[in-house]
Amino acid sequence: MAILTVEGLHVHYGAVEAVRDVTLSIDDGEIVALLGANGAGKSSTLNAIVGLVPPHTGAVGFRGKSLVGLPTEQLVRLGITLTPEGRRVFGSLTVEENLLLGSMPLGKSGDRRKENLERMFSLFPILVQRRNQIAGTLSGGQQQMLAIARSLMSSPKLLLLDEPSLGLAPQIVDTIFDQIVALRDSGITILLVEQNVAMSLEVADRGYVMAAGSIVTSGTAQDLNSSHLVEQAYLGHE
Amino acid sequence: MEIFIQQTINAVSLGGTYALLALGLAIIFSIMGMINFAHGELMTITGYTLMYCGIAGFPFIIAAPIAITIAILAALIMERVAFRPVRNSSGATMLVTSFAVAVILQTLFQNLISPRSQAVILPDMLAQSIHFGGLSIGINQILSISITLTILVILNWFLRKTILGMAMRAAAEDFSVARLMGARANAVIAGAFAISGALAGVAGVLWVAQRASVDPLMGFIPVLKAFIAAILGGLGSLTGAVAGGFALGFIEIYLAAYLPDHIQPYREALALGIVIFLLLLRPHGLVPAFNVGREKV
Repeated sequence: MAILTVEGLHVHYGAVEAVRDVTLSIDDGEIVALLGANGAGKSSTLNAIVGLVPPHTGAVGFRGKSLVGLPTEQLVRLGITLTPEGRRVFGSLTVEENLLLGSMPLGKSGDRRKENLERMFSLFPILVQRRNQIAGTLSGGQQQMLAIARSLMSSPKLLLLDEPSLGLAPQIVDTIFDQIVALRDSGITILLVEQNVAMSLEVADRGYVMAAGSIVTSGTAQDLNSSHLVEQAYLGHE
Repeated sequence: MEIFIQQTINAVSLGGTYALLALGLAIIFSIMGMINFAHGELMTITGYTLMYCGIAGFPFIIAAPIAITIAILAALIMERVAFRPVRNSSGATMLVTSFAVAVILQTLFQNLISPRSQAVILPDMLAQSIHFGGLSIGINQILSISITLTILVILNWFLRKTILGMAMRAAAEDFSVARLMGARANAVIAGAFAISGALAGVAGVLWVAQRASVDPLMGFIPVLKAFIAAILGGLGSLTGAVAGGFALGFIEIYLAAYLPDHIQPYREALALGIVIFLLLLRPHGLVPAFNVGREKV
């Protein structure tokens, strides 16, 4: 059953059309990769899904409920979180404060907050040692782990990951991708936006490829791996 | 030496009031990217509430919390009516809006109350002082310093230990991501205005307690000073606002105390000259904000 559906999505920035007629759907328990070169409209699509940019036209549904027009802060309460591109941890706050902020939708439920905090610390042991450190002083890889852990603090059903491997050392990227698979196995559906095609198709079930704002091809990870359409989308061939 | 201690106490007292006002400006600026020039009118509203409470015969100890509550409500109304509609506009639009709010309120005070200064009834106790070892410290100043420090401690606790406080710090750094985490934009901004209203209210009570009068333009000068203090400290930085407030208080009081008489007329210019000099040394302020130049909301 589809957990997220996007139909005929258009996003404009002034006169520039960043996203053109994007339609996609994600089933419960899948990892779906949204691939494409820089500027293809991947992040704009994500930002429109969570309401950070208003869609010009189009429908976005989460388990049959329309998300269009909902304020961003409401989505996390429905079970959707976005780990933004560039990590964007709160650099002046401590690691633990960052995590606690991720649990805001839990409201006053102190037990679940504590439980989730412990779970994040066991999922990302490095964060335990850094618990009281100012997040801005963490390394890039640690910040990425913190950013993902912060998103998980609200116990989301659907996690949107925007470029989690960007700017990280290869062995850290491996760790992050292992975590992504582990998260799916724990029951979280994942929409993964990535430039790292090879790694993404290794972990994803299906993929969509965007170029110049539109989806140019889609299919199972295996199909995409064996077709040349992905390369073409990146290299800009017609 | 005694004069020096006396002046230092004066400086801490004045600096504390500047610090409270600068903090109120900084909290709003850090979250919305707006300088609220109507902040001073919150002080004035506090002053008039004290005046009316005095006329109605309320004791000061009851009038002060009422006045601070009214300042908080006024700040919340200001946000809802004037600033929410322009929240996502440019910094210039918000700045002009805040000037408009300030001028409208000043005009209302002039026309509905009086263009002239009005006396505020204060308890005699405030005018008394404690003497020891050749020092004479006003009750006023002791109250002012201890209230300022208490407020700073409470605010620090709130911002560090409560989820709403953390959300406000997070929103000051990156509002979009704070919203992604579930921070309700309206609640965070209303919370910031409530705090800034409370700070303006406390500063207003302290200001009026020194002067025993209130006039329609009362808030303008202190808030201008607080604005300077906030910039000196590092605009948008809360620690900076406190540092800048105290620094400006010290500069002004020491200049007033130690400049030779014939240079006294240039005191304000000299004080601002020192501020400019400090800013040349530290262009982002004494304690720069974490996200200098980052986009707001």
